Amino acid sequence: MKQLLERVKQGDVLVGDGAMGTLLFQKGLEAGACPESINLTRPEVLEEIAERYLGAGAEILETNTFGGSPIKLSMSGLAEQAEEINRSAVRAVRKIAGNRAYVSGSCGPTGKLLKPYGDADPEDLRESFRVQIGTLVEAGVDVICIETMTDLAEAKLALAGAREVSATIPIMATMTFDATPRGFFTIMGVSVQAAASGLREAGADIIGSNCGNGIENMIAIAKGFRSCCDAPLIIQSNAGLPKTVGGTLEYDEMPEFMADKSRELIDIGVSVIGGCCGTTPEHTRAIRELVDNTLPR
Amino acid sequence: MSVLAEIKDGLVCGDDERVSELTQQAIEQGLSPQEILSESLIGGMTIVGERFKEHEIFLPDVLLAAKAMHAGMEVLRPLLIDAGIPSIGKVVLGSVQGDLHDIGKNLVGILLKGAGFEVIDLGNDVAPQSFVDAAKERGASVIGMSALLTTTMPTMAKVVDLVKERKLDSRIKTIVGGAPVSEMFAREIGADAYGFDAANAVDRVKSLTTA
Repeated sequence: MKQLLERVKQGDVLVGDGAMGTLLFQKGLEAGACPESINLTRPEVLEEIAERYLGAGAEILETNTFGGSPIKLSMSGLAEQAEEINRSAVRAVRKIAGNRAYVSGSCGPTGKLLKPYGDADPEDLRESFRVQIGTLVEAGVDVICIETMTDLAEAKLALAGAREVSATIPIMATMTFDATPRGFFTIMGVSVQAAASGLREAGADIIGSNCGNGIENMIAIAKGFRSCCDAPLIIQSNAGLPKTVGGTLEYDEMPEFMADKSRELIDIGVSVIGGCCGTTPEHTRAIRELVDNTLPR
Repeated sequence: MSVLAEIKDGLVCGDDERVSELTQQAIEQGLSPQEILSESLIGGMTIVGERFKEHEIFLPDVLLAAKAMHAGMEVLRPLLIDAGIPSIGKVVLGSVQGDLHDIGKNLVGILLKGAGFEVIDLGNDVAPQSFVDAAKERGASVIGMSALLTTTMPTMAKVVDLVKERKLDSRIKTIVGGAPVSEMFAREIGADAYGFDAANAVDRVKSLTTA
């Protein structure tokens, strides 16, 4: 299997998988339970999810470790098990991926606010990220995905932790932006331009955005990134916003719609297209078809 | 600039030390605690809330302003208690059971306090029963619920149902908010209001309490 960054460099568009939480919920994850606890109790569910996304044509499969940093896990009393939680997640995905897909180690925010706004010490956050990413790299991920960041300082600490672990592991880093009358900003006030330069300087190889309010905003965000930097880009959009239909949650952007809109992402030059909350293997399959039709493999 | 305007300015800039000192000065000058509260602290937070609503400033600025408001309140609180000044309403606030995210909820709490409400913050991972018990015992007229996770949203319905079940719905109103929550969801579960962001939540609480 060719190195991920080589593929990106030669102009390939890689298809990432879709939502994890949405599928875990379908698999009976208790409302409010720590999503990573399943890594310890039912790793076979992770294999099943990876298999579905691989079957749908995803080339990048994410681990169920979004909240797997010790600080975040401590909120569910699972900090002590951080190593096994991260290791088990990688093991499950690797078992399915083999060398047919890249295993991407997901790493989300700690949920803490840094000083002076909050009470978190930057050194504690960096160490927490270093521990998690260290375990993911040791367990054999092909790439790290630092995602859903809103504070650039925290994203940089995650990147610093990752780069302390490995100078060479490919790193994707994405932030979540809201549309405002003055353009796109994270809730912490980070512009697309500030994210682009900040993430690159801190050592990310592929940068972009994930989550958010649907694919149409993501197209504008991708354009924003492209206009201010030439770094490879990644976009992993939500399937719109959730609605409740008869007690369960549904997202309103259908696979065909997202795939159709993904054409514009390819035109902008986005290298990795995947999904976030609400996307399913059907979304992945539709995006896969679009990519294959646009850029024959 | 009058000392009241200076306090307001310090609060908007998020300078907690300056707000604390100036509040003390204002008291020494013989200004009434109520005047300092409404003119400078609430007045300042109103500006901050408006600017946040217009996306002119972001979460960090609001958090710093809230710290400054808190610093001023520390100085004023004993005097306000002596003067027996009532708040404009009581709100019970919390992130619903299973949800450990509290940034959005805290922000709503800050802006509610800034608008002059008394806020009973139950923290995160709050059970439906606890929301209703707290509101009843403390005489709150509004229960505000926050969820960041799609997985915890259904818990909000349980709180709304419990308020109705215990026949408290004539005096306790419910409002929901959080990233995955929508107006449609609020209507579907029978909540009285939905706040699409923190500033909007405060406006909606105001209309719930004056209705």
